[in-house]
Amino acid sequence: MSEYVLSVGMEVHAELRTESKMFCRCPVAFGGMPNTRVCPVCLGLPGTLPVPNRAAVQMVLRTALALNCQVPAHSVFHRKNYFYPDLPKGYQVSQYGETNPIGYYGYLEIPKLDGTTKRIKIRRVHLEEDTGKLLHLPGGGSGVDYNRAGVPLMEIVTDFPPDIEDPDEAKEYLVQLRQTLLYLGVCDGKMEEGSLRCEPNISVRLAGAETYGTKTELKNLNSFRAVQLGCMFEKKRQSELLEGGSKVVQETRGWNEQTESSFLMRVKESEQDYRYFPDPDLIPMEFTPEQIEAERAALPELPLAKSTRYQKDLGLSPYDAGVLTADRAWAEFFESAIGQGGDAKQVCNWMNGDFAKLLNEAGETALTSGEATVGKTSKVRPGHIVELTKLIEAGTISGKIAKEVFGDMFTSGSMPSELVKSKGLTQISDPAEVLAVCEEVVRENAGQAEQYRAGKEGLFGFFVGQVMKKTQGRANPALVQESLKKALETQ
Amino acid sequence: MGWMSISLDEARHVAKLARIELDGAELMSFQGKLNALLGHFEDIQHLDVAGVMPKPHAVSLSNVFADDVPGACLPREVTLALSAETKAGLHIVPTIIED
Repeated sequence: MSEYVLSVGMEVHAELRTESKMFCRCPVAFGGMPNTRVCPVCLGLPGTLPVPNRAAVQMVLRTALALNCQVPAHSVFHRKNYFYPDLPKGYQVSQYGETNPIGYYGYLEIPKLDGTTKRIKIRRVHLEEDTGKLLHLPGGGSGVDYNRAGVPLMEIVTDFPPDIEDPDEAKEYLVQLRQTLLYLGVCDGKMEEGSLRCEPNISVRLAGAETYGTKTELKNLNSFRAVQLGCMFEKKRQSELLEGGSKVVQETRGWNEQTESSFLMRVKESEQDYRYFPDPDLIPMEFTPEQIEAERAALPELPLAKSTRYQKDLGLSPYDAGVLTADRAWAEFFESAIGQGGDAKQVCNWMNGDFAKLLNEAGETALTSGEATVGKTSKVRPGHIVELTKLIEAGTISGKIAKEVFGDMFTSGSMPSELVKSKGLTQISDPAEVLAVCEEVVRENAGQAEQYRAGKEGLFGFFVGQVMKKTQGRANPALVQESLKKALETQ
Repeated sequence: MGWMSISLDEARHVAKLARIELDGAELMSFQGKLNALLGHFEDIQHLDVAGVMPKPHAVSLSNVFADDVPGACLPREVTLALSAETKAGLHIVPTIIED
């Protein structure tokens, strides 16, 4: 088979984390009783007048700047006209035009395996409204729930010609974009709930060919893995079509998670059939240079920049830095611990190791400071971890005991020094005391000691185990090694 | 007819997009009306608009926004009453068949 290369354009829809809808004040929430969050405006009843949500506009502006976009001085809303039962008004309010969207001509850097980054150009970041939800009923017919109709939706589209050239890059683009949106606090990123939806436009062409192939759009991808598998599947399907002398048809295809394959949904409508025109009910938006610069200055440090800084300044591995920065709250917890004098590597190890595991098991999240308003949060704060690492560093407790202390402080929320004191877990670091225990163990196991001296060196571990058992794991491990050798040789 | 004109097929396509059923005579009538409208734009094309700034909207206002504070919704029975058929709190529509 000839060699085909892949090109992927990405269309991402992100539901914005506002309290109310885009053009009316119906609350935004997930789930709940159907058709309970609707009003005359989002149902498009005659005589109503929509008013844009200020917070939604600010969120898109913030995202546009974080994605290095240009922001126009004027931006207007358009009507995209089509009939579908999930669209109560008969049109969707969106933003049309090359330089009209709140953000255009930007880019997002994604990390590559060799430690460098690749720039993925972004064509537009625009604001629109979500549709309702269609539910197919078992007995035939469809039911419509308009709770989601009119929820603020941000669309982020990559540029053409596409920069994304393989399934891993498609996935990494989505990972980076999702993290960025979470850092900005503009979307909750829940792909399984549909608050972040990705529709790749996929095409293949013969290696070396200049013109791009006909693209297909893939829908229903609700995980990073699905995006990756979907791109792989389409590359294979399209390559085989072309190789067999057939053509790729421009169409929208759905992704079936169970069979890991795509199926035809509909042949694409042409853009002019949407009859876009400026919405006369909505007043234009203006962005002043002062407003844009103030918003730019308020942007947080973004995940990739943070990860690079952790590697460069704190000496962390790309993997560790990646795990720490994947979630903004997690990175803040880490930075708070470092600010309190914790050693970066030690804090990182405890966080990405025991702490992450315990949080996961308990279904809790980490909190840097203050009181949680929602969900179960851990009692372990950055100060706990810093103190624990200091106790190990000072030789007060061993690493093994520290693991035990961590479990206790996770449950109780007590400070590690208190736990060490109250439970008598202080490490035994007095050489005479450790030697005495070692000698006792050797005496009690004279037979094994004899075998050891006769050359069965594997028995050394047995003696270490006995000393640790006698001291409830409190003996200084380095000292045990040293003292045991002495005791075994001299007795 | 000038350079902007709508064929009968285009008029039929626009009617289909708008979900309007027209017979042959109606279609021709609408074709004529649409072409008259486009003729008006053609007149505008002849105007000298050098130095006239494009206006994004007929109303001279900008940045009219509402605060993101949830308000009241309609009671469900009121909106469901607008539908021909409902079931389990949903508006019932014919099964969607993609064409």
